[in-house]
Amino acid sequence: MTTHAPQAAQAVTLPTTLDEAVAALAAMPAAVPVAGGTDLMAAVNSGQLRPAALVGLGRISEIRGWQYQDGHALLGAGLTHARMGRPDFAALIPALAAAARAAGPPQIRNAGTLGGNIASAAPTGDALPVLAALEATLIIAGPDGARREVPVSHLLAGMEMLRAGELIGYVRVPLLHAPQVFLKATGRTGPGRATASVALVLDPARRGVRCAVGAIAPMPLRPLEAEQWVASLIDWDNGRAVVPEALHGFGEYVAAACIPDEPPAEDGSVPPLPPAVLHLRRTVAALARRALGRALS
Amino acid sequence: MSNDAATAEAEGTAEAATPVPEPIPHGLGASLPPADARAKTEGTFPYAADLWAEGLLWAAVLRSPHPHARIVSIDTTHAREMPGVRAVVTHEDVPGTPLHGRGAHADRPVFASDVVRHHGEPLAAVAADHPDTARMAAAAVIVEYEVLDPVTDPEQAFEAEPLHPDGNLIRHIPLRHGDPEAAGEVVVEGLYRIGRQDPAPIGAEAGLAVPRPDGGVELYLASTDPHGDRDIAAACYGLSPEQVKIVVTGVPGATADREDQGFQLPLGLLALKTGCPVKLTATREESFLGHTHRHPTLLRYRHHADAEGRIVKVEAQILLDAGAYADTSSDALAAAVAFACGPYVVPNAFIEGWAVRTNNPPSGHVRGEGAMQVCAAYEAQMDKVARKLGLDPAEVRLRNVLATGDVLPTGQTVTCPAPVAELLQAVRDFPLPDLPKDTPEDEWLLPGGPEGAGEPGAVRRGVGYGIGMVHMLGAEGADEVSTATVKVQDGVATVLCAAVETGQGFTTLARQIVQETLGVDEVHVAPVDTDQPPAGAGCRGRHTWVSGGAVERAAKMVRTQLLQPLAHQFGMSTELLQIADGKITSYDGVLSTTVAEALDGKELWATAQCRPHPTEPLDEAGQGDAFVGMAFCAIRAVVDVDIEIGSVRVVELAVAQDVGRVLNPAQLTARIEAGVTQGVGIALTENLRTPRGLIRHPDLTGYALPTALDTPDIRIVKLVEERDVVAPFGAKAVSAVPVVASPAAVASAVRAATGRPVNRLPIRPQAAVATGT
Repeated sequence: MTTHAPQAAQAVTLPTTLDEAVAALAAMPAAVPVAGGTDLMAAVNSGQLRPAALVGLGRISEIRGWQYQDGHALLGAGLTHARMGRPDFAALIPALAAAARAAGPPQIRNAGTLGGNIASAAPTGDALPVLAALEATLIIAGPDGARREVPVSHLLAGMEMLRAGELIGYVRVPLLHAPQVFLKATGRTGPGRATASVALVLDPARRGVRCAVGAIAPMPLRPLEAEQWVASLIDWDNGRAVVPEALHGFGEYVAAACIPDEPPAEDGSVPPLPPAVLHLRRTVAALARRALGRALS
Repeated sequence: MSNDAATAEAEGTAEAATPVPEPIPHGLGASLPPADARAKTEGTFPYAADLWAEGLLWAAVLRSPHPHARIVSIDTTHAREMPGVRAVVTHEDVPGTPLHGRGAHADRPVFASDVVRHHGEPLAAVAADHPDTARMAAAAVIVEYEVLDPVTDPEQAFEAEPLHPDGNLIRHIPLRHGDPEAAGEVVVEGLYRIGRQDPAPIGAEAGLAVPRPDGGVELYLASTDPHGDRDIAAACYGLSPEQVKIVVTGVPGATADREDQGFQLPLGLLALKTGCPVKLTATREESFLGHTHRHPTLLRYRHHADAEGRIVKVEAQILLDAGAYADTSSDALAAAVAFACGPYVVPNAFIEGWAVRTNNPPSGHVRGEGAMQVCAAYEAQMDKVARKLGLDPAEVRLRNVLATGDVLPTGQTVTCPAPVAELLQAVRDFPLPDLPKDTPEDEWLLPGGPEGAGEPGAVRRGVGYGIGMVHMLGAEGADEVSTATVKVQDGVATVLCAAVETGQGFTTLARQIVQETLGVDEVHVAPVDTDQPPAGAGCRGRHTWVSGGAVERAAKMVRTQLLQPLAHQFGMSTELLQIADGKITSYDGVLSTTVAEALDGKELWATAQCRPHPTEPLDEAGQGDAFVGMAFCAIRAVVDVDIEIGSVRVVELAVAQDVGRVLNPAQLTARIEAGVTQGVGIALTENLRTPRGLIRHPDLTGYALPTALDTPDIRIVKLVEERDVVAPFGAKAVSAVPVVASPAAVASAVRAATGRPVNRLPIRPQAAVATGT
């Protein structure tokens, strides 16, 4: 007697449109969608996941590029990191391009996709703080051609979930025509997971600064008060000038907002943070300061 | 160039017929390329994971999820009943001695029976007809544990309940040398911690066990010590050593005792039990859980120096965390204690070393063991002495360096070449790399990488030094012997020697030795198995010395057999005849014939042994001539540190090494570069974290090996060729000593860049930040 699994039982569907993919998922509820497979295959190899069937998203050409839509870019969820890292894309959304270039070694960047980065929602996903700072909106495809829109932060925070049989189809990102920065601290010079990352975008039309800190919490964190405070200090009409102290203040503000002190003890004293947390806070402060400095320079 | 040569060689002798053949490098001193380079590059070289046998079964090993627990019961009923499962074995199925171990201590069970002592300890193994079935069946073995508090701090091990019937202290060496009352004008102290490096071989463990009709078993493994592994296996199976044969397959990376007995012993047991071939290929996670690691070490030092910076006395306490089982910890401790003062003249030394058991994963031999950990500490101390006296760190080192004829703290006189001063001067005087602002056309690779957060304004450059020493061959009376056979037939020579090619280049070296001695170009090295006489483990430069020496002797014996009749015929001694390019000529040119003609269809065989001079164990005061030979290396590191974030990039490592004699320049360079890179890993990223005894992130994402971007420019500025008269060819081992010196050099450079103490390896970012706290 053998337990060799017959190959035919592992159904693989390769739809060519988004609606076909959704229909395939509806037809086989046990099927798992796979795009680049950089997270999925690691789970398969480690035995954590044995999908009964796969729906491959690699042949859906409509989600592998992008289009323009009233001041926004509609990015296909199947865009690879390698594609997003190229100069033409970098001219559109510089921070997302920088995050895509930092997202790992070339093999991973060639396979891993934007949609996969969102669906995996790993704390260290490099695209996530950028999408949070850009206040991107996800366009989710459901059964029978249904489309619904969900802000990326709602999905990452778990306020809204992907329902069974739904797929992330597109990501709508505003085109801001202003400097954007993504900075990432890792433990090494070669490609590695972020210990902390900061995405910062300027929105000159609304005179806003939007910033998100990645990798230090399960989802990207937005220091909203720090953003408003520093936006009010920028001389938007005069080459976006700012005093250097404001850069330092912004870094400290962001870091303290994202990594707060422990709550005071009963006698009112504030217990000191552990050294590793203090270092993380210092790193976030340096990243935020550098990011704003580069965006405004 | 080397590519062309490899192609020419792979295509064989057909090339030689062309009128002007490309000169293929041959003989000692030439950069002969490895014979298997092409197969390895093209991916056709077979490793153990590629082996197949008709009707083979797949094995899986159940490993403990707890670092310390009492086993209440093991129930294999469900696992046995699963369809496709052919055998399940536990401690009850071990027919021979239940305990095994490398080195003096046999303290490790094949399968845990009453207690588990570390995370990942094997409890049971399964053979099934599909790897998934085997894994699921292993998971279906029900083990009831009574979880115990793990002892994970080696300092607690002295007081803790004994983890093993032998107690927690594996070895204690209280080295006493000189006058305990001696004191210097300046005193510097430090406490240093070295993390747990994993050898992380790129090819994970794999093996195939095939039962033999005579009741024995053959094991196809990437073993680096086939005879040692065979003896352990035979004892555990209750068989005679002749009934167990280990056939060595391609070794996919070995910087340590590669094999993990936790899977290789069950493999043979399952083959014996089922009567079928059984294969196992470990996942990366199993690989991290299974094999031994470098000893995490805690070191406390006090150096006394006079006002000129000359060391007067060194006091040190060295605590090695051996993990759950002894393995080769005694040897690592001996090296750590003996080299605790480094390659410096220290008249008074009081070094206490301990190796203790804990519930951490077992530590074992990783190259440069013991010596690497103390090097990081004594070089930090030298930096402190220099700082306290306001002297240049290189100058302080030069005032203390060891030379031939000086005495080590073990009382052993250094008789081999010890050109330490020359090495240090060479790296010190080598021009420093340009600062990026001097050459703006080059893109500056900042700490943090090409897409990282590095900012030039926050980057500080630092320069530091590390001088390391290692011993070669086994120490303290270990019987180091190797046997080799050389055969010549039809102008083609074959070498049979059980020295394993671990990537160190032994097969290439053996070909070069025979080419040099016998003048034949075509030399083959036979695959290794335990039917050949033992050659010892492939570590500590053993094979270059002992097996290389044996090959040379055997080749010389064949040469004599070949030339004797000719010499007799022409009435001259064999020394007056020479062999080159397949031709035998006499000194006066009267005689000229080919090797093939001289052989006249005969087959010549010779077998020889090489056994270096004996050593003696360290006595109760840590004294004794324990080492056969020593090798030295000086490294200057240049680093860039982002002092706000604490990210470090090693810009350049300048290496000067004492090599005795260069036997193969290309191979030598590759070995030094590989060793230096492994050292960069220890210095910056490689640390297998085990909070509360549990291995965290056993994968190559969590365990960061240096990538091409993490690896600095490695400049080999000087190779000192001062022949070691007692070593064959005068050559010294080259692989281990760069591993020892480079972490210390990187730490020293980070210290110079940041002004921080840097007393822990790998260097954590918060330790390399120079502003605030």
